[in-house]
Amino acid sequence: MADTPNFAAGCPVPFANHDHVTLAHGGGGRMMHRLLQAVVLPAFGNQPLPTRHDGAVLAVKQRRLAFTTDSYVVHPLFFPGGDIGTLAVAGTVNDLAMCGARPLALSAAFILEEGLPMATLERVVASMARTAQDAGVDIVTGDTKVVDRGKGDGLFINTAGVGVLEHDLAIAPSSVRPGDAILLSGDVGRHGVAVMAVREGLKFDSPIETDCAPLCAPVLALFAAGIEVHCLRDLTRGGLATGLVEIAESSRLHLAIDEAAIRVEEGVAGACEILGLDPLYLANEGRFVAFLPAAQAERALAVLRHHPTSGHAARIGSVADAPPALVTLQSRIGTKRILDMLSGEQLPRIC
Amino acid sequence: MKYLDEYRDRGKAEACARLIAGATTQPWAIMEVCGGQTHSIVRYGLDEMLPAGITLLHGPGCPVCVTPIELVDKALFIAARPEVIFCSFGDMLRVPGTAGDLFSIKAKGGDVRVVYSPLDALRLARDNPRRQVVFFAVGFETTAPANAMAVFQARAQKIDNFSVLVSHVLVPPALEALLTAPDNRTQAFLAAGHVCTVMGFEEYVPLARKYRVPIVVTGFEPLDILQGILMAVRQLEAGRAEVENQYARSVQRAGNRPAKDLLARVFRVVPRKWRGVGEIPKSGFGLAEEFAAFDAEARFGVAAYRAEEDSQCISGQVLRGVKKPHECPAFASRCTPERPLGATMVSSEGACAAYYAYRRRATTKEG
Repeated sequence: MADTPNFAAGCPVPFANHDHVTLAHGGGGRMMHRLLQAVVLPAFGNQPLPTRHDGAVLAVKQRRLAFTTDSYVVHPLFFPGGDIGTLAVAGTVNDLAMCGARPLALSAAFILEEGLPMATLERVVASMARTAQDAGVDIVTGDTKVVDRGKGDGLFINTAGVGVLEHDLAIAPSSVRPGDAILLSGDVGRHGVAVMAVREGLKFDSPIETDCAPLCAPVLALFAAGIEVHCLRDLTRGGLATGLVEIAESSRLHLAIDEAAIRVEEGVAGACEILGLDPLYLANEGRFVAFLPAAQAERALAVLRHHPTSGHAARIGSVADAPPALVTLQSRIGTKRILDMLSGEQLPRIC
Repeated sequence: MKYLDEYRDRGKAEACARLIAGATTQPWAIMEVCGGQTHSIVRYGLDEMLPAGITLLHGPGCPVCVTPIELVDKALFIAARPEVIFCSFGDMLRVPGTAGDLFSIKAKGGDVRVVYSPLDALRLARDNPRRQVVFFAVGFETTAPANAMAVFQARAQKIDNFSVLVSHVLVPPALEALLTAPDNRTQAFLAAGHVCTVMGFEEYVPLARKYRVPIVVTGFEPLDILQGILMAVRQLEAGRAEVENQYARSVQRAGNRPAKDLLARVFRVVPRKWRGVGEIPKSGFGLAEEFAAFDAEARFGVAAYRAEEDSQCISGQVLRGVKKPHECPAFASRCTPERPLGATMVSSEGACAAYYAYRRRATTKEG
């Protein structure tokens, strides 16, 4: 046995010098992208994954299906305006919606820590059912595992979802064209602040609620109105800035963004000022950007504003061809700068 | 938002930039002292609004950036101990020590926690009497009063399992060190508004007089900084060298008396090493004799430890305003926010990180 080469050893590509996963690898920034590129994608090197989109689109005879999965490990489990259950359903529904699909069915898998109060689980499951109903999707299969006390953080949920595409559009970064308008579906940063406030015990005069919500209704309304959508992206970890940079890099196009057009609620803006955070990098769970022909922008905005989850939709910028693979932000005082991804997690500043 | 939106007004900023251009007849080099100001300047592209003759030099006022590597190493050593809950402000977690950062200690099982106030760390100590809770007391005069209050309260409440790893630094001795350096280019300073909110600005008057250098106490919003530059340029053009206060909505001449009294009681002035600069006499705070029992360096036996920085990193020259971040051969290649060689690439207030985030050209290759 000693001279048999051990082909199973270790990860396929050495990943920098990190011999442990650090929190920064989950922050939605460059470190997470490197982790995916160096460790995860090479291991599952089949076709649909490398497009780095929110889900995969599979052709089944004449129909195209979208398929996606996501795991939810948020702490705390409950926060103003939602909980891990709302997230677990809305997050996966939104990934399907960003593929341009109508969500059909979800699976739900639970990893429960021994000792989790049953009332907690019941409350979470009720949230999942309510959110699924809002999204018009059924949870049709599932799994439950329990791990020893201390081996989990109360409750982890994985959901996977299947949806069907009812149009012929290719919704992807590669479909974005110079001249496209960039629409943002509402204010940014609320989920990030809502979770951080509970986690860190920060008190605000009026609590900031998460924006967590299923986005399939406004997205499907765009298709129903005949809008020629080129690309959609929900703005989760890493926030608006990271979502835009991902699309600029995938499409090799230039996104020019007007900071003054980006809506940030006063409470979120205040929390950011106090903590030294940038709302453009804060997590959202019910916001997306849409890329579509500029000529259809006004009509698309009218459609989006008809839905409560995208009532404050606005045009925040335009696509150009150069300089490629770059996002620039025109600041409130008229100057321009590069908008980049964060490295790892956004860290509150000292002073 | 009140007190913010009016200081981010495009029309007023452009009008102020025109006044600066009108007042400038020759080249001037002005240093903004505080990393928060550097961040605003680069984030809003304020230097692009200035006439070509005005050069902004980015000063040493980022607390993360000037914390010496040996202190980071001490933090790593203490944080790795099983009985310790190590508490820090968030942006210290990524600062590289000789071997790793606090994030990697956390990944290996160390109990490292981000707190928003040293009093939160004190509460942790009260709630976990069997653990040793250590707070990484980093910063300039701005954060010193809250840190002093935590130590003061710890003694008053007899919370003996609390201690602080102190790395406090002071602005005026650093400015004097910059002014006496042979490669000094700075002709005027924008002093750090929040430091002066605590300390006032009387201690800057002898500096301005002795070195014939205008010092304008300046805030952090775009309009604050432009107005501070305008006041500095007007002094330079008129041959004046005075201390002026642009940030009057926050700063009073004498500073915050109760805060200063607390600092004088809990801390004493000591020599401090500055990352990339070296030791500066009387440039920091250490715990006063009366509070020495709360000194984490003594409690964990690391006081005598010494370490030197990576020689490739030019952060010392960046911190003294001698070089700009992109003039470093390692900038955006060997040194990035993911793999920082020096602390100026770590904190969002650090000049290198600010340039990386906002100025890096699209042609820069990702590592």
